[in-house]
Amino acid sequence: MNPYELSIGQARTELDAGRLSSRELTLSCLQRIKDVDETIQSFLRITEEEALGQADAADKQIAAGKAEPLCGIPLSIKDLLCTKGIVTSCGSKILENFVPPYDATVIEKLKDQGTVIIGKVAMDEFAMGSTSENCAFAVPDNPWKKGFVAGGSSGGSASSVAAMECLGSLGSDTGGSIRQPASLCGVVGMKPTYGRVSRYGLVAFASSLDQIGPLSRDVTDCAMMMNGIAGYDKRDSTSIQKATPDYSASLSQGLKGMKVGIPREYFAAGLDKDVAAVVENGIQILRDAGAETVDISLPHTEYCVAVYYLIAPAEASSNLARYDGVAYGYREMDAESLVDMYRETRSHGFGDEVKRRILIGTYALSSGYYDAYYKKASQVRTLILQDFQKAYESCDVIISPVTPTPAWQKGVHADDPLALYLSDILTISANLAGIPGISVPGGFSADGLPIGIQLQAAHFQEETLFKAAYNLELGTKLANRCPELG
Amino acid sequence: MKITRQEVEHVATLAKLNLTEEELSTMTGQLDTILSYVAKLDELETGDVAPTTHAFTINNAFREDEIVESLPRKEALANAPLENGEAFVVPRII
Repeated sequence: MNPYELSIGQARTELDAGRLSSRELTLSCLQRIKDVDETIQSFLRITEEEALGQADAADKQIAAGKAEPLCGIPLSIKDLLCTKGIVTSCGSKILENFVPPYDATVIEKLKDQGTVIIGKVAMDEFAMGSTSENCAFAVPDNPWKKGFVAGGSSGGSASSVAAMECLGSLGSDTGGSIRQPASLCGVVGMKPTYGRVSRYGLVAFASSLDQIGPLSRDVTDCAMMMNGIAGYDKRDSTSIQKATPDYSASLSQGLKGMKVGIPREYFAAGLDKDVAAVVENGIQILRDAGAETVDISLPHTEYCVAVYYLIAPAEASSNLARYDGVAYGYREMDAESLVDMYRETRSHGFGDEVKRRILIGTYALSSGYYDAYYKKASQVRTLILQDFQKAYESCDVIISPVTPTPAWQKGVHADDPLALYLSDILTISANLAGIPGISVPGGFSADGLPIGIQLQAAHFQEETLFKAAYNLELGTKLANRCPELG
Repeated sequence: MKITRQEVEHVATLAKLNLTEEELSTMTGQLDTILSYVAKLDELETGDVAPTTHAFTINNAFREDEIVESLPRKEALANAPLENGEAFVVPRII
């Protein structure tokens, strides 16, 4: 067995027992990247030198008996989390040469724990997209099927974990951007409660929806990574002052007393039959583990895409106003006036999807349209939030598909943005309501593509999610799986 | 039509984006499709529903007003496309 094939939990045991060094583990991942990444294209930057330095430092900590759970573990990082001294491009030409002068809080936390950061991975430009095809530099391939999308926007995070190029990854989720690629690539991905993980140093897309979270090869690793990144941060005024539980402690067998809600709106027409069968099997696994199932309704589900594609672009149009070519990033140097400089910089620096969303957002916020679009969407957001509050009066966890279909071929929705937006229908509500959600591998389609199962819980109930996810994984036996890579 | 070519042009000006004739045509069509879809929200009566802007209401996230080191000027200027050692340099405004 190659070291890169170990889960984080397994690697921890080997490292602590002295049977493996972090340097060996890191070199094994670096070699794996060299072997497969030309095809998979997860990585925008491989930080080999820094990673080996961090690995050697970790080996010293381990030898001294002072290793934290993530010490010496090689992880990849979505390229929108600021890493001091290392280019953070957000998948955009406009930030192609941006070198952050500071670390995001989550990066600082990982470094303090001796984690090895092996590189920065591909993503849709500014996290806008569901396939990572909007990345200006590389488009990851689905490790399970050549020419198929890895999902997005955290596509490189999911593909790097699924192809075993690293042991885990940090991504971000604004409308499903962790859970959807995790599902399409057959790995675990969690979007924590809004405010559970500090957003300081995360390049902002839609600030009321963005949340950082882990992608991993199994549920145990996901809990270990959450332990490593969660917690209040005074530098993020929306992070919540609440004690962080030990998520690893919530992984116990048996679900007696747990109520699992089945939302009828998430199984509507258009759901792929293989996806429906996988989720049905997941429901049975939870029942067999002792959980009770109840039918629930989230009546405003059909409106969530419309709400999201007004609120997210509105916030994005405001957040992305900062890219003006003045203090950092790309600038069109030939412009004669300041306004021309702004306009030409932004027109050349941003890709089509980003421009499209800036235009929708600017329109929705503009004089005369604000009430009809932005305010209306914010009111329906309240109704969606209330749907969940009501649902959690009768259940602890909601089970559903993550996406209506498994992964699709690259290029399929290139000229039809709305069709792609509609594929986000099952993940968006969690962001609008601020609740946590997790995608766990559930099975495969007839042609071998992974299918995930989504679990969602009430605010700050990540422990309940982990417990249910752990039992689901025991039933599917799909922990730490990797496709054959040619 | 939910949005006209002229309106897209106006919004592009507000957003400081230049669109080519071709981009303007494509964007107008795509924005029209998207805005026609989101008009679905009009099916719902939301008269007295309070809007949600954040999933949690956090009031006044106060902290102590402590003096801390700020980013050194050299580092703050390090990413600038054009600077003169003291400030960012942009095309003449006046």
